[in-house]
Amino acid sequence: MSLKEKLVSSFLAFELDADINSDVHDIRSKSIKEFEKIGFPDKKHEYWKYTPIKKVLNEKLTIFKKKRHLIEFEKVKDFFLGGIESYKIVLIDGMYDPLWSNTTHKGADICILSSVLENEKYSNVISKYFNQIIDDKESFSLLNSSFSKEGAYIHVPKNVELDKPIEIIHINSGGESSLMLQPRNLIILEKGSKAQIVESHYSLIGNNISPYTFPGYIDPLTNTLTEIHLEENANLDYYKIQNDLETTSIIDNTYINQKKNSTASCHTFSFGGNIVRNNLNFFQNGKNINSIMKGITILGSNQHTDHHTLVHHASPNCESYQEYKGIYNDKSTGVFNGKVVVDKIAQKINAFQQNNNLLIGDHSSVNTKPQLEIFADDVKCSHGCTIGQLDKSALFYLKTRGIAEKEAKGLLTYAFANNVLENVKMQVLKTKIKKIIARKIGVNLGFEL
Amino acid sequence: MAYTEEELKKELEQQEYQYGFTTDIESETFPIGLNEDIVRSISKKKNEPEWMTNWRLDAYAAWKEMDEPKWANIHYKKPDFQAISYFSAPKTNNKYKSLDEVDPELIKTFNKLGISIDEQKKLSGVAVDIVMDSVSVATTFRETLAKDGIIFCSISEAIKEYPDLVKKYIGKVIPKKDNYYAALNSAVFSDGSFCYIPKGVKCPMELSTYFRINQAGTGQFERTLVIADEGSYVSYLEGCTAPSRDENQLHAAVVELIAHDNAEIKYSTVQNWYPGNKHGKGGVFNFVTKRGLCHNNSKISWTQVETGSAVTWKYPSCILKGDNSIGEFYSIAVTNNYQQADTGTKMIHLGKNTKSTIISKGISAGKSQNSYRGLVQIGKNAENARNFSQCDSLLMGNNCGAHTFPYIEAKNKSAQIEHEATTSKIGEDQIFYCNQRGIDVEKAIALIVNGFSKEVLNKLPMEFAVEAQKLLEISLEGSVG
Repeated sequence: MSLKEKLVSSFLAFELDADINSDVHDIRSKSIKEFEKIGFPDKKHEYWKYTPIKKVLNEKLTIFKKKRHLIEFEKVKDFFLGGIESYKIVLIDGMYDPLWSNTTHKGADICILSSVLENEKYSNVISKYFNQIIDDKESFSLLNSSFSKEGAYIHVPKNVELDKPIEIIHINSGGESSLMLQPRNLIILEKGSKAQIVESHYSLIGNNISPYTFPGYIDPLTNTLTEIHLEENANLDYYKIQNDLETTSIIDNTYINQKKNSTASCHTFSFGGNIVRNNLNFFQNGKNINSIMKGITILGSNQHTDHHTLVHHASPNCESYQEYKGIYNDKSTGVFNGKVVVDKIAQKINAFQQNNNLLIGDHSSVNTKPQLEIFADDVKCSHGCTIGQLDKSALFYLKTRGIAEKEAKGLLTYAFANNVLENVKMQVLKTKIKKIIARKIGVNLGFEL
Repeated sequence: MAYTEEELKKELEQQEYQYGFTTDIESETFPIGLNEDIVRSISKKKNEPEWMTNWRLDAYAAWKEMDEPKWANIHYKKPDFQAISYFSAPKTNNKYKSLDEVDPELIKTFNKLGISIDEQKKLSGVAVDIVMDSVSVATTFRETLAKDGIIFCSISEAIKEYPDLVKKYIGKVIPKKDNYYAALNSAVFSDGSFCYIPKGVKCPMELSTYFRINQAGTGQFERTLVIADEGSYVSYLEGCTAPSRDENQLHAAVVELIAHDNAEIKYSTVQNWYPGNKHGKGGVFNFVTKRGLCHNNSKISWTQVETGSAVTWKYPSCILKGDNSIGEFYSIAVTNNYQQADTGTKMIHLGKNTKSTIISKGISAGKSQNSYRGLVQIGKNAENARNFSQCDSLLMGNNCGAHTFPYIEAKNKSAQIEHEATTSKIGEDQIFYCNQRGIDVEKAIALIVNGFSKEVLNKLPMEFAVEAQKLLEISLEGSVG
């Protein structure tokens, strides 16, 4: 049985546990039907041209896990931000973990989606926001919608500015082979509200079984979807940290719908994973909207990361800003496909797109396609894209100042990536990311970054 | 501006399509439709040797199995390939000894086109091969060129007279099964130009081909093959026009360039096929495959000014196979009314120290759609490859669209690639500045567009640059919102 057939039949079993009379269930059944029609994309599909997703679609993958795996805190404590108070939603193997989570219903709803989806009290909110802006032609989004159940639910009411950041942490316990996880987040920021969210993915090895001791172990594939609605004047900072094992894969679909005067920024830090695919979609519906996308990708060995962004400017006087930097070692590959669409009525748009890549590994490669589709005339749209190496004269200069080659390269590489971090407002996060970068580049710079 | 206000005004009045006349020449046209017999008949008609007939049949067999490409950002009614006549030739004697023997109507056509063969022969020093309804009707300056050992003739003559050369090179850069339209062309091409520059020869004059579709309901399928042997240089020009007709005409050409070691080919095109009327009716479908192959230290440079055609689908490419080879692409694509263009280039870097430059300027007005689609590919062994691309789009009015699809694939760490693109409109401040200096809006736009396209216009040979400049203005007339 192919993975597609298996997933479609899994849906029948999944249904047994769900309330089949709810609206949400209609969405699920519709999605699985549509997925059955479309199936998985292959390399001929323009949007999957450069990412061999087939490689990770193992037919042994299953959405059902056998049991709950316990994890010692020692092993995961580094995954948390630390040093500051935060709301936490922790999912282990796709299941909510109340032990380490810190949810609330006071002032704002920060809890798990499953407790909201089929709850009468929330039905208005769910019918207004759930699954409203999802691309119904995209296989992985459809698949996620079919099995949508668990994930984070965040609802910040009007004019509320959250006192603490929110952490959404996905942990793969490594206790089970061939898991396909479908976490689903729904985030709503009402008028004038403000929030900061950090979402991260981690996997463990050596817990009961591990890829290295268990023959035939198949690494988990996470197919996550985040739906974000920003009402007027809302402000969201979203940070994604993908610092996973070299063997796990992530497909991340994010849809953001923005209303008048809202600002959304999304930082994606991709430091690891077998195949990581990010689909980031911004829809601007209202004037004076600002959308910011930034990303740093540092890869090694055989890893592959693919950033697909879409900004749909449907209203006038808006801005979008994209800046992605990639550093590729060994045999790693990077893909960037940025698409900016400007509708006819969306005049006075300022859209900027930049993608810079450093090729370091002998067999590393980069495929990039910054794309503009413009139907309005009074706009300022530009994109730039470079692929290159470290500046030899800069390297030489540093060496003449007595800095060893390795450190000099580290410094320059760090400087290359640094300006993406400028807008990171959370100091603890900034420090954490800087530490990861220093480690990834493989140099101890000898000073606090 | 090279000419006076009066002249501009006059020209703008007759803005429609000034090459939209038909010439009343009796021509011999094949019945419509395409099958193996038609392919055989074309080949027979041209007295081709057997290998050529088989080559065509092979291409036809491949074409039958292929599907039309649908990935381009263009929308049109698929041409009915069975409703086109695949061969139309002005009915005259096969050979002319001198120009006097040529049908006077034909000469009139050329005069209207602004190519006076007579005058050209004496003054301008440009050798012209004229292809009308896909048959080469006149080649000028052959003897002068022959002195240097340069072969410049129609491809059908070349097949007969230089079969070894043709056999060696045809379909080598663009295999006959390369794509749908290339396969179609390979099966039914009726004529085209052939040019061979021997070792170390610098071609003393610009070589030029002029294409014209005259007969209604015909398609034009010409094939150009340019070979520059070691250390040689040639500059080649290509121009096209067609009469105004209500139905869509099909033009599917193939151009192959081969630059041997240390050779240089400069290929310039001014494409001004009938773009259809202002309601989008009629016009030429221009589906062209152009590709050049560079050996060591050689250089191929494509320059194009695209103002015509209802639909353009064209990607002149360079395969930089040899070390230190250079590929260049300079393009201006103008679309107005309901025109659609999906054009760009491919630079395939395979050799070491290869360089490529892409400068593309797109101007869209009216209800047109203009897309740049390009590929820069750096192969695994292409050490120190260097590419610079710049794609700028200018939008006039808010019913048109400008799109950019640049693909960049780097597989070698020593590659250095820069790509930048901008989309903007003509600034109100720029127009205001011109107005303030007594230049009216219409002329101010012409001035600004000219400045916007200058980088590319400068690359054109002189005679073409003037024509191209005028074309730009005419194409954009009436597009001021």
